[in-house]
Amino acid sequence: MILDSIALSRQQVDGDTMIVNLGPSHPTTHGTLRIIMELSGETIVKSTPEMGYLHRGVEKLGESLSYQQFIPLTDRLNYCSSIMNNVGYTHAVEKLLGIEIPKRAQQIRVLMSELARLGDHIVCVGVNAVDIGAFTAFLYIWKQRETIYDLFEMATGQRLHTSFTRIGGLFRDVPEGFVPATERFLPECEAAIDELEKLLTHNPIWHDRTKGIGVISAEDAVNWGYTGPCLRAAGVPQDLRKAQPYLGYETYDFDIPVGTTGDVFDRYLVRVEEMRQSIRIIRQVLARLEPGPVNVDDPKITLPTKDKVYTRMESLIHHFKLIMHGMEMPVGEVYSATEAANGELGFYLVSDGGKNPYRIRVRPPCLPIFSSFHEQVKGFMIADAVAVLGAMNVIAGELDR
Amino acid sequence: MIIEHIDAELPGTVTDRHAFRGDQTIVVAKASFLPLVDFLYREGFQLLVDITAVDWPEREQRFDVVYHWLNLASQERLRVKVAVADGEAMPSLTSHFKTADWFEREVFDLFGIPFEGHPNLTRLLTWQDFPGHALRKDFPLDGGDAFCMEGCTAPYNNGERG
Repeated sequence: MILDSIALSRQQVDGDTMIVNLGPSHPTTHGTLRIIMELSGETIVKSTPEMGYLHRGVEKLGESLSYQQFIPLTDRLNYCSSIMNNVGYTHAVEKLLGIEIPKRAQQIRVLMSELARLGDHIVCVGVNAVDIGAFTAFLYIWKQRETIYDLFEMATGQRLHTSFTRIGGLFRDVPEGFVPATERFLPECEAAIDELEKLLTHNPIWHDRTKGIGVISAEDAVNWGYTGPCLRAAGVPQDLRKAQPYLGYETYDFDIPVGTTGDVFDRYLVRVEEMRQSIRIIRQVLARLEPGPVNVDDPKITLPTKDKVYTRMESLIHHFKLIMHGMEMPVGEVYSATEAANGELGFYLVSDGGKNPYRIRVRPPCLPIFSSFHEQVKGFMIADAVAVLGAMNVIAGELDR
Repeated sequence: MIIEHIDAELPGTVTDRHAFRGDQTIVVAKASFLPLVDFLYREGFQLLVDITAVDWPEREQRFDVVYHWLNLASQERLRVKVAVADGEAMPSLTSHFKTADWFEREVFDLFGIPFEGHPNLTRLLTWQDFPGHALRKDFPLDGGDAFCMEGCTAPYNNGERG
């Protein structure tokens, strides 16, 4: 059916409408996804999103990997904020195991998640501005994202594919120099956000391009399964960090920005304010970061350190058992959701007690949001569709899994 | 909490239930599913978070279709599971929840469970002539003949591949 509407073969005036192909490789899709648009003049009559270009079968692969081995695959879901996927996944497995991780590990996870949220919002807002034509704002804010990636590299050894968490804690503690580097970064980032706002928030061209585009009511947003900044921009104050706190989020002082109309401008404002709130949370984490272990003290879950493996019999056995046979998992099913940059990132795990999960389901936040795309752009122009697509923050890796 | 309410208002709907790590799950029969959805919607479970399925090939009713709901007012979550046999259709929720559209297409694509009343039940993630359903347990991990090179003609290039 979709093959019939390949644009190249029908890119001619056909009656009153014309078919135009956006993607699969187009600068504004930010990943491989394709939208087939039917235009009447310059107005979009119908748009059919087509996806799956980045489908790697993550859920299928997960059934043949042990719980620990699945962590690197989560990096590749929302690759703009991979640490949050690591946190979300390990949090789900820890819920299945029924364990609580040490305080310091929780704090570092919060710290990393908020840095990742900052980075993700920078990408979303900056790139949305580029698509609409505001290139300067993008360049001003982009430097901060590089610094965030430098911080990630310092802590995890990787800029993008961090794989930082482990079931029961973290890959390692943050290195010396990480905390001062983060403290130096925060005021710089705040200044950059101020500059971004000066360039955009009161800019009449930005208003013309974003206000009234992609408007959605709160009821419709809930019905479409919206979560995250897009839902909050529509006026629903739903944030899992407040509503169903995890990792001690209830002990941090921060606000949930809420919009009114749900249009692209409100989504922009919500994201900018969330960046400020993330900085607020990071400051609180840095102030209270307490020394201690970053992994649970349970040899059935945490790998022993190498010096113990080489010198102690029990540690060697534990190491061997964990690598070869995996953890002992209870039989059951859990759904665990965390507030990722795009919205509710859920992991549904079904365990039959084996080494590998029986079923791993990733609930990507941007799939339900993107599914409303055709309703959001109907009656608008291609340039508006590009603005809506950017504000939805569709990440193909997460969309297609 | 909601489960007691369901028991009181729709007696006999819940055929099995369990709570594990704080997640409440109910199992219902397919016949009583739509009345339950109407009831849940009225009770405030208006955010359909997810639809997925689990394949149990050794069972007679092979698939569990799994729905996750969230009540935004009380922040209560509910998981509803419905067992269906291979080829048996589930009622579509697209008339209640717009978000069900793509989730059901994905379940149809990866498990081959049809949804009755869906306006456009086509594959979502794989392409239209993809052989089989990838998340079934009997689907090979390496994808088998995923690129349909055997017995399949291309719709372009005069039917010739290569």
